[in-house]
Amino acid sequence: MIEYLHVRPLPPELWAWKERIEGLARREGLDFFETVFEVIGYDKMNEIAAYGGFPTRYPHWRFGMEYEQLAKSFAYGLSKIYELVINTDPCYAYLLEGNEIVDQKMVMAHVYGHCDFFKNNYYFSQTNRKMVDAMANHATRVRNYMDAHGTTQVEEFIDVCLSLENLIDRYRPYIRRTPVEERGRRRKEDLPDELMGEVAVPRFRAKEYMDEFVNPDDYVEQQKKKKAEEEAKQQRFPRHPERDVLLFLMEHAPLQKWQRNVVGIIRDEAYYFAPQGMTKIMNEGWASYWHSTLMTRYILPAGDGNEFIDYADRHAGTMAMSKGRLNPYKIGLELFRHIEDRWNKGQFGKAWDDCDDMAERAQWDKKLGLGRDKIFEVRKLYNDVTFLDEFLTPEFCAEQKLFTFSHNRKADEWQIASREFKAIKQKLLFQLTNQGQPVIEVVDGNFENKNELLLRHLHEGVDLHDEYARETLTNLHRIWKRPVHVATTRKGKGVLVSFDGQKHGERAFDVLV
Amino acid sequence: MSRIKQDHSRFREIVRGRIRQNLKKYISRGELIGKQGKDQVKIPLPQIDPPRFKYDPRDGGGVGQGDGKPGDSLSKGQGEPGEGAGEAGEGEGSKALEVDVTLAELAELLGEELQLPRIEPRGAKQVVTERDRYTGIRSVGPDSLRHFKRTYKEALKRTISTGAFSPDNPVVVPVRHDMRYRTWNTVSSPQSNAVVVYMMDVSGSMGDEQKEIVRIESFWIDTWLRSQYKGIETRYIVHDATAREVDEHTFFHTRESGGTMISSAYSLCAEIIERHYPKADWNIYPFHFSDGDNWSVDDTATCMRILKDQIVPVANQFSYGQVESPYGSGQFIKDLREHFKVGATDCNVVLSEIKDKEQIVRSIKDFLGAGR
Repeated sequence: MIEYLHVRPLPPELWAWKERIEGLARREGLDFFETVFEVIGYDKMNEIAAYGGFPTRYPHWRFGMEYEQLAKSFAYGLSKIYELVINTDPCYAYLLEGNEIVDQKMVMAHVYGHCDFFKNNYYFSQTNRKMVDAMANHATRVRNYMDAHGTTQVEEFIDVCLSLENLIDRYRPYIRRTPVEERGRRRKEDLPDELMGEVAVPRFRAKEYMDEFVNPDDYVEQQKKKKAEEEAKQQRFPRHPERDVLLFLMEHAPLQKWQRNVVGIIRDEAYYFAPQGMTKIMNEGWASYWHSTLMTRYILPAGDGNEFIDYADRHAGTMAMSKGRLNPYKIGLELFRHIEDRWNKGQFGKAWDDCDDMAERAQWDKKLGLGRDKIFEVRKLYNDVTFLDEFLTPEFCAEQKLFTFSHNRKADEWQIASREFKAIKQKLLFQLTNQGQPVIEVVDGNFENKNELLLRHLHEGVDLHDEYARETLTNLHRIWKRPVHVATTRKGKGVLVSFDGQKHGERAFDVLV
Repeated sequence: MSRIKQDHSRFREIVRGRIRQNLKKYISRGELIGKQGKDQVKIPLPQIDPPRFKYDPRDGGGVGQGDGKPGDSLSKGQGEPGEGAGEAGEGEGSKALEVDVTLAELAELLGEELQLPRIEPRGAKQVVTERDRYTGIRSVGPDSLRHFKRTYKEALKRTISTGAFSPDNPVVVPVRHDMRYRTWNTVSSPQSNAVVVYMMDVSGSMGDEQKEIVRIESFWIDTWLRSQYKGIETRYIVHDATAREVDEHTFFHTRESGGTMISSAYSLCAEIIERHYPKADWNIYPFHFSDGDNWSVDDTATCMRILKDQIVPVANQFSYGQVESPYGSGQFIKDLREHFKVGATDCNVVLSEIKDKEQIVRSIKDFLGAGR
């Protein structure tokens, strides 16, 4: 156990419940790291929440801002954090002091759902389970840099990094993109001569007098061009477009050692938090499924019956829908139940897909009882995107009254746009892909052969926020120190937004793919 | 200091810096007015979150849940519907950028930015107030003032020292001797009081634009004076050909359309001061805003007489702000200049011309820069 966490033992009553709920969870098949609960006051809770669940983070005003907002909305009674749990081994979970015992039971049941998810979901498989230590080390390092280089300087640099924090390759932990030995090697300073001079091209064998017919001039020219292009591609730096912009900067930007390390710290933490963003709906849905199951099947019936109302009230509060926002708890829970129900009844496979008779579909029940197994499998293998892509059904959308909304410029208001299944699914997937962040990659670290940096925004139908893009370029320039560009599409036209250290510029531009 | 407190105070520092940077803009645009509560203001901050590559929100939209048919409105404006309902502690999202700042803090920033001198309250004529504060403890008193914790502690001490305490059955019964009660101490503190009398010309020639200027300017003057005095009272007078005292809301929103007799306002002001605010106890700040178009030369003469005899001698400073209107002649400020040695060190009359909103900042400095 980590000493500086100063975990206070649970009061006896809660301890007994913890043991009981842990046993129930295991009996139901949940599988988790040891989970350490601590009861803390609201102030401490707000502090830890502001730090993203950790007791120590590097010093930064952003956490102070977060804290102020949490503290204020708690003080005004607008929101209250019931529970906090972090993905580590052992799992640490915090309970809010002064909550009713029924709340604490519900929270503990919920937490075991999360812990099981952390341990078993594939997207968490690459996360650092000793992140508490890592965060503390990051904090120490940043403090040391502050002592050595001045607080303001380090803080400003962190601000710059945070503005690029979302430019990571969210699937990198699960794929080997580039062989390690190839990375880190810089572009050769000069282009090879062959590009300039004569290029040997493949020719068809032919007798000399036939050569100009077998290998006509335009064919040779074409081959030359192709070859040159290939060569250019080989020389392009980076070789392949790089989505891990932070890594690219770490490896190639002219940074001091401490700055490189700060970029590394920000990047590590961004990768640590990424799976939580990628599985928000599933994770909350899974935890809610389990608090609901454990509470209603075992815990409440065993009590004296006084807790039903309070539990129902709290549960309903968590599941509340609002018009302008999707509640991940609600959608996740309902979707897991939906899947369980379908697999229990055998509503899957070819026969099910081919069945067009609505009446038959409604009656469909093969009594397979595979639901439980299926949802455990789903929680292991899916993330939000694949989860919704595979299991969202028109029936579900109608049942849950889902709709899409969009902004009507004329009326200057948000309006319900559609209740079509296709539109809803498309919008949901778009929002969840890359965590709703635009996909941006480095395509050229030697743009126009002037050591300038060219990023490309892979346009998926939604434009970039203009002002933010410019400001971000300003920050990027502070790392790259040479002009920086981002190629994007605005209102259907290719455009290159640039910052050269003095001013922002813009011109029409089409990225070569 | 705990770590989060350090981060928090750093955040506040940055906020203050941003506000200071943009203070002049806030002042001339009047952005903060109407956003103030009892002693706090909500200040919209231009981008304090780190900028990022992100989607244009209006292009996006999203998925919601609930009743309604396509075309139904969800919410007005451009902010994301349902924004601000985020669950905390689930990673890092973007937040609405409005921060609360106390009026005292804002006044401090204003003072620093415009380099306003602190006001030295007048002379020895301070009022001493006495207040009772419940800070003491004694062993007798009424039950309603019983101090539970202290009583319990006494009882616990006694129980332990007599050996009657058992951890297995930790019952502590207080006896009469253990009882502790709160009691008061009287503290006296000097208090300087101030009264601000705002007078505004609301005759036909004062348009909405002019009133807006007055509104903004008096908000900042109020903010500053409040930071300088503990007890402050404000009175509002509007006038056209006749004057009447009104409440704050009316002061800023009323629109009359008569002629203009400034003397009516001055005599009402003089009357209020004489009746309620003896010079010995009060710091007195009359402010008058007008477009400078008075009805007649005779009335102007009356004004000067009232000012000289009744208002200027008792006031810390008499301030006159002249806004420009397309109808006014702007004569009045010239008349005032003739009658008072404006600018001399012993002259407590300050005049300021405010042509448009951009000049509000300078005008505030005119009025408050003397530190009277």
